[in-house]
Amino acid sequence: MARASTGRTLGGGIVLIVLLIAGGALLPKWLTFLITMAASHGLVSLGIVVLMRGGVVSFGQGLVFALGGYTAALLFGKAGVTDALLLALAGGVIAGLVALPASVLLARYRGIFFAMLTLALSMVLFGLLSKIDTLGGSDGFNMGRPTLLGFKLADASVGYVMYSVTLGVAGVLALASRVFFDSTRGLVALAMRENELRVEYLGSSVRQAQAINFTLAGFIGGVGGALTVMALGHIDPNFSYWTTSGEFVFVAILGGYQSVFAVFLASTILEVVRSFSNLYFPNTWQLALGIFLLIVIRFVPRGLGSLWIDRARLKGEIR
Amino acid sequence: MLALLTILIDGITYASWLFIVALGLTLVFGVLKILNIAHGSFYALGAYAAASFVGWATAMKVSPSLLLVAMLLAAVAVAVLVAPLIERTLLRVFYGRDEVLLVLVTYALFLILEDVTKLVWGANPYYVTEPYALFGNVSIGTQTWVGYDFALVAVAVVVGAAVWWGLNRTRTGKIVLAVIHSAEIASSMGVNISRVYTLAFALGIFLAALGGAFTAPMISVQPGVSVGVIIISFAVVIIGGLGSIEGAAIGALIVGLARSLAVHTWPVAELFSVYIVMAIVLMFRPEGLFQRIQARKI
Repeated sequence: MARASTGRTLGGGIVLIVLLIAGGALLPKWLTFLITMAASHGLVSLGIVVLMRGGVVSFGQGLVFALGGYTAALLFGKAGVTDALLLALAGGVIAGLVALPASVLLARYRGIFFAMLTLALSMVLFGLLSKIDTLGGSDGFNMGRPTLLGFKLADASVGYVMYSVTLGVAGVLALASRVFFDSTRGLVALAMRENELRVEYLGSSVRQAQAINFTLAGFIGGVGGALTVMALGHIDPNFSYWTTSGEFVFVAILGGYQSVFAVFLASTILEVVRSFSNLYFPNTWQLALGIFLLIVIRFVPRGLGSLWIDRARLKGEIR
Repeated sequence: MLALLTILIDGITYASWLFIVALGLTLVFGVLKILNIAHGSFYALGAYAAASFVGWATAMKVSPSLLLVAMLLAAVAVAVLVAPLIERTLLRVFYGRDEVLLVLVTYALFLILEDVTKLVWGANPYYVTEPYALFGNVSIGTQTWVGYDFALVAVAVVVGAAVWWGLNRTRTGKIVLAVIHSAEIASSMGVNISRVYTLAFALGIFLAALGGAFTAPMISVQPGVSVGVIIISFAVVIIGGLGSIEGAAIGALIVGLARSLAVHTWPVAELFSVYIVMAIVLMFRPEGLFQRIQARKI
C-alpha cells in the first residue's frame, strides 16, 4: 500500500518536473529566475524538513547554504572547475562533510538547544567569512558563468539553462527524499517525533538517526547553496546569517513535513511575496512576512502539505 | 597588567547591560516557556523610546540628572504599553504549542516589530549623548574610562538583586516560582496563571527595554541594533542555563569577558568568540551551567 502510493507520487513528481522544465522556455525571464531561486532555496528548507520529521528544527541551515555556495564559487574562481552539475555536487559534498562531525555533537540535543546550537554554528561561519579579506569580507565576491557538460552558455540561454539545471537537480533530490521518507529509516524519524524514548526501547538509536538526518540535510542544503550562487553570480557572508536561516525555517513550517512538493510550493510563495513586497511596499516587507507567518502558524500549523495529505488520509479511512 | 585590567573592566561593563537584558529573556522563558526571539526588538524599542524621551526632556531644559529618570520612564512605558498588548492579544493564542513553534511565533513578532520601529522612528540613527557625560571620567593609571559605564554596572547589580529578592522573598515572587515549577499544580492551587504570565512577560520586557534605554547613550540607535542583542543574549542564557538568574549573571560575565578578551587580543574573533564559548560550555554541560536535570517523558 505504502509502496504503491510512493510509486504514484514519484511518477507524478517526474511528470511535474519535466513539464516545468519544458514550460520554462515559454515563461518570461523574471519568472524563470524566481522559480530558480525558489527551487534552490527550497532545497535548504527540504533539509530542515528532513530534520523536522525527526522532531527538531535547525535555525542554522544558513551554515550549509553558505558552505555550498562558497565551495562552488571558490572552485569556480580558484580551481577552474566550471561545470554546473559538478559544482552543485561539490557544494553538497563539502557541506555534508562539514555537517558530519557537527552532527555527532548535535545529535545529543533536542528542541530549543538544537535550534540555538545550529544557529550558533552558522553565526561562527558568518563571523569567519566576514573577516576573511581574500573572500571579499562582508561584501563577498562575484562568480562568473558556469558551463554545462563542456558547453559554454550563451547570453540568451543562460537563464533558462540554469533554470533547467536547478529544477532538474532539485527534482532528483526531492524524489530521493520522498524515497528516503518512506523507507524504514525515514519512518523511524517520524516515530522519534512522536516519542523518542519509545524509539530507543524498540532498539533504534535516536542519536544515530538524528546525526544521519543532519548530514543529509547538510548535503541537500549545500547543493541548494551552490545552485543559488551559480544562478545569482554573487555570494556574501549573509548566506550564513541567522535571518537567512530564519527564512528557510519559515518555508519549512509553511510547507509542513508531510509533503515534499509543499516545501517547494512554500518556497515559491515566499519568493513571490518577497519580489512583490520589494516592488510595492519595500519598507514593510518584513512586517507582511511576519503577519503571514503568524497566520500560517495559527491556522495551518502542520503546513500546506497537511491540507491535502490529511484530507487524503481521512478519505482512505472512510473507505 | 594594565592590559589585563582593561580587559577585565571592559568585560564587566559589557556584561552589566547584557545581564539586564538576558535576565528578562531567562525570566520570560522560565515562566512562559517561550524563548523570545523578539526580545532584542524590545531592547531596541527601549533604546528608541529613551532617545525620544531624552530628546523631549532636553527640549524642556530639565536638569541633566533628570535625563536618567527620562530613560527609566522610557523603559516603563514600553513595558506598560506594549508588553501586555502583545501578551494578551498575540502570545495567548499560541500557549501550549510546541516550544519550537513558539520560537517561530516570536520570530514573526521580531519581523513585525523590526518594521514597526522603522515606521515610527525612521531609518536614520539617533544619538543620545547627553546622559553619557553625567558621571564624568575615571582614570586608572594611564587609561581613562567613562564613569557612565561604571554606573551601569551598579544598575545591573541593583536590578539583579531586586529581581532575586522579589522572586525569593515576596509573596508574588513565590507564586511566580510556583508557576515556573509547575503551572498546572499552581493553577489547581488557585493561582491566576494568566495574570502571572502577563506580569512575568511585562517584567521581562521591562528588563529588555531598560537595558536598551540605558545603553542608548553608548551606541547609535538605528535599525539593526535588535539583531545583535538577540543573538548575544541567547548565548548568555544558554550558557547559564535557561530560566536561571545566577546562570544569567555568570553567563553575562563569561560572554562579556570572552568578548573583551577577543577584542583586545585577537580582534578578528570578536564576532564569534561568544559562540565558541557557548559551544564549549554546551559540550560539557548540555543544559547550561545552572540547569536542573529534567526527567524524560515517556
